[in-house]
Amino acid sequence: MSAPGISRFDLVIAGVGGQGAILASDIIGKAAVKENMPVRAAETHGMAQRGGSVVNHIRLGCELGSMIPLKGADVLLALEPSEALRYLEYLADDGIIIVNTDPILPVTVTSGLCAYPDVGEIISTLREKRKVTAFNATEAAKEAGNAQSMNVVMVGAVSNYLPISVDIMMECVRELVPPKTIDINIRAFEIGRSVAQG
Amino acid sequence: MRKREYMLGNDAIARGIVEGGAQVISGYPGTPSSEIIGTLASMKERDFYVEWSVNEKVAFEVAAGAAMAGVRSVVTMKHVGLNVAADPMMTLAYTGIKGSMIIIVADDPSCHSSQNEQDTRRYSQFSLIPCLDPSTPQEAKDMIPYAFELSNRIQMPVIFRPTTRISHGKSDVMLGTVTQNKPVADFRKELERWVMIPKNARIRHIHLLGLQEEILRELENSPWNELEIRDDARFGVIASGIASVYAKEALLKLGINASFLKIGTYPVPENQVRTLISNSDRVLVLEEMEPVVEEQVRMIAQQAGAAVEIIGKMQGPVPRIFELNADICADVLAEVLGLERTAVPSDVGEDFDYNACRIDLPMRPPVMCPGCSHRATFHAMKKVYGKDAIFPSDIGCYTLGIQSGTVDTTLCMGGSITVASGMYQAGEKKPICCSIGDSTFFHTGMNGLLNAIYNKADITVTIVDNRITAMTGHQPNPGMGKTATGEDTVEVSLEALCRGLGAGFVEVVDPYDLERTEEVFRRAKDYRGTSVVITKQLCVIDAKRAGIRRRPFIIDAEKCTGCRICVKLGCPAIEFDTKAKKASINIMCTGCGVCSRMCRFDAISEVKK
Repeated sequence: MSAPGISRFDLVIAGVGGQGAILASDIIGKAAVKENMPVRAAETHGMAQRGGSVVNHIRLGCELGSMIPLKGADVLLALEPSEALRYLEYLADDGIIIVNTDPILPVTVTSGLCAYPDVGEIISTLREKRKVTAFNATEAAKEAGNAQSMNVVMVGAVSNYLPISVDIMMECVRELVPPKTIDINIRAFEIGRSVAQG
Repeated sequence: MRKREYMLGNDAIARGIVEGGAQVISGYPGTPSSEIIGTLASMKERDFYVEWSVNEKVAFEVAAGAAMAGVRSVVTMKHVGLNVAADPMMTLAYTGIKGSMIIIVADDPSCHSSQNEQDTRRYSQFSLIPCLDPSTPQEAKDMIPYAFELSNRIQMPVIFRPTTRISHGKSDVMLGTVTQNKPVADFRKELERWVMIPKNARIRHIHLLGLQEEILRELENSPWNELEIRDDARFGVIASGIASVYAKEALLKLGINASFLKIGTYPVPENQVRTLISNSDRVLVLEEMEPVVEEQVRMIAQQAGAAVEIIGKMQGPVPRIFELNADICADVLAEVLGLERTAVPSDVGEDFDYNACRIDLPMRPPVMCPGCSHRATFHAMKKVYGKDAIFPSDIGCYTLGIQSGTVDTTLCMGGSITVASGMYQAGEKKPICCSIGDSTFFHTGMNGLLNAIYNKADITVTIVDNRITAMTGHQPNPGMGKTATGEDTVEVSLEALCRGLGAGFVEVVDPYDLERTEEVFRRAKDYRGTSVVITKQLCVIDAKRAGIRRRPFIIDAEKCTGCRICVKLGCPAIEFDTKAKKASINIMCTGCGVCSRMCRFDAISEVKK
């Protein structure tokens, strides 16, 4: 867990290059700054972006380094199921996992080099370890109007746990998504928020 | 009211450059440094000149010229770029500058996007140019205006060295005011200063050495070093740059009472180091990569005759490789102080083979995009030259061709053509076909091609021309007809350039047209001498941004025999169902059509309207 005097809330966002993990962390980081909190974040850029595994760290109320220690995160927000497993070591023993159940097959799987684990098995394994909210955020984003808003659905889901007011979160969604997609993304945020509330 | 913003480290550095009143900024893209110029070049209103130069040496000299003329300049690059720019730097240390100049060199401990993890602080020691090492994005921004002032006071360039976690970290950043006064360019002739003939160089070397005392004094009193002596502690920690925040977190977490010296400048603040060691029985030095601070601390302790025990990485537990973090610092502290250690795996993520959950995770390496033309080029290249041929390659997205079996060497920027030449001159009889990107060719590939042609190397040089500097984030280059700021400029023809360098065989081909590409490669292979094949096709990401839309392709399951020829192409848009033994195309297809040209059963076709 985030420790007093070091950080107020530590969040790890895991996903695949191209899923919009950076926008997701930007919405949260910017909102925290509006709440007058110091923020530190670390992102994957460059080589790892080309369909590779990506991980972002966001520390709210932190004035030290951006890297969350192992077993330090309060929440692991996984935009892809296998990536939840990959970065599970960052999550505190009493931390929470929010995971999108829609898999993205890496080229090692599509070309038949490795097998992709059964999604149901991933989720049940995660449940054995931690408290889990699992849902198909890609479908939820389609419901909102565009599958690409999956990242904002997930931001909505994690907003239930963040020390940031929902109004400020939504204000940052409006400011950061492309202007033409504001309505879709606000819907996406609301769907995600209500799914993870229940 | 001052404004607080959420910023990328490199954006904060760009902001510092604006606040400090920079007038000329040049650089060559390289992760993790690229966004600094990207941000400055995309500003709507600018009162400075900014350029993407063709390589780091060129960029360095442009900035040096500007500073010789008396203005404030900045050059940006990644750590390995400084090797290219080392020649002018070592002598600019002698001449000094007249205005101000900052050499921004972004280091990449852990090699997130680099071929090595060299430590730029060593170049600072080597060249006797002072270096600033930020610990947070805020400090990174604040150091830039300071560096301009310092540079002007000592009439020397100053190195500023962020690392990946600063450049690609994000933070709240308090903005400062923008300097309004700017010096005017006015080059003054002073031959003994600007012309480094031996007579003058000897004098300037003496001057450079004499300047070190003043540099030390300036940095000692700067706000970037912070000393906290605790009277009740006989244990001290010295930590530099980003390691200082990790060290602080580890000390807090473990509740350790220690005196603390945070170092942000090189040369290190000698007086503060002396004070800390005289107040401690044991001192732990925490820094990433090379033991630069540790060596200095040991020297200062020896000179002072202090009986202090110094612990670091030269003999001790602090790793000399990869990034540090709070976990590693806490583990080192626990080991040094005899506290209980918690077993932590050294790395989590892609290369992390410890699997707590007993489900095998598929590897997810970065790959070339669906529809990337490099994939088509490599397919044709391998088919024509054969898998026993030697394929030296270079640095860019196409390095990902390592999975296609067409990247046998990657040494440095421009190191493909030259390595290929050397292998040929060594008497290697296997066919040699190297690959290099358009931007890398302009960077330092041109010299290699000139050398290969001049010395009659019988090799094929493939320029994979995707019309942009893609891997570092889509910066323009001389082949595109656009400057850094998007202005129209001359579009340099790679074909004409290669002919100008003396190439007798130069062919330009669209790699999506597999048949023709193979035919060109066959002729290139047969050609006696240096042949050049330019495979020209827009980067798919860039094409999408430019509004180019192609219809996707589909596989007819009836016709598919499950031969997997298309699957072996390694395109993320092609999937294989191992149960049904059929290939299919997913929504990632960008419509390049390369797979349809490979299918022997005519099973792949464009989706009809």
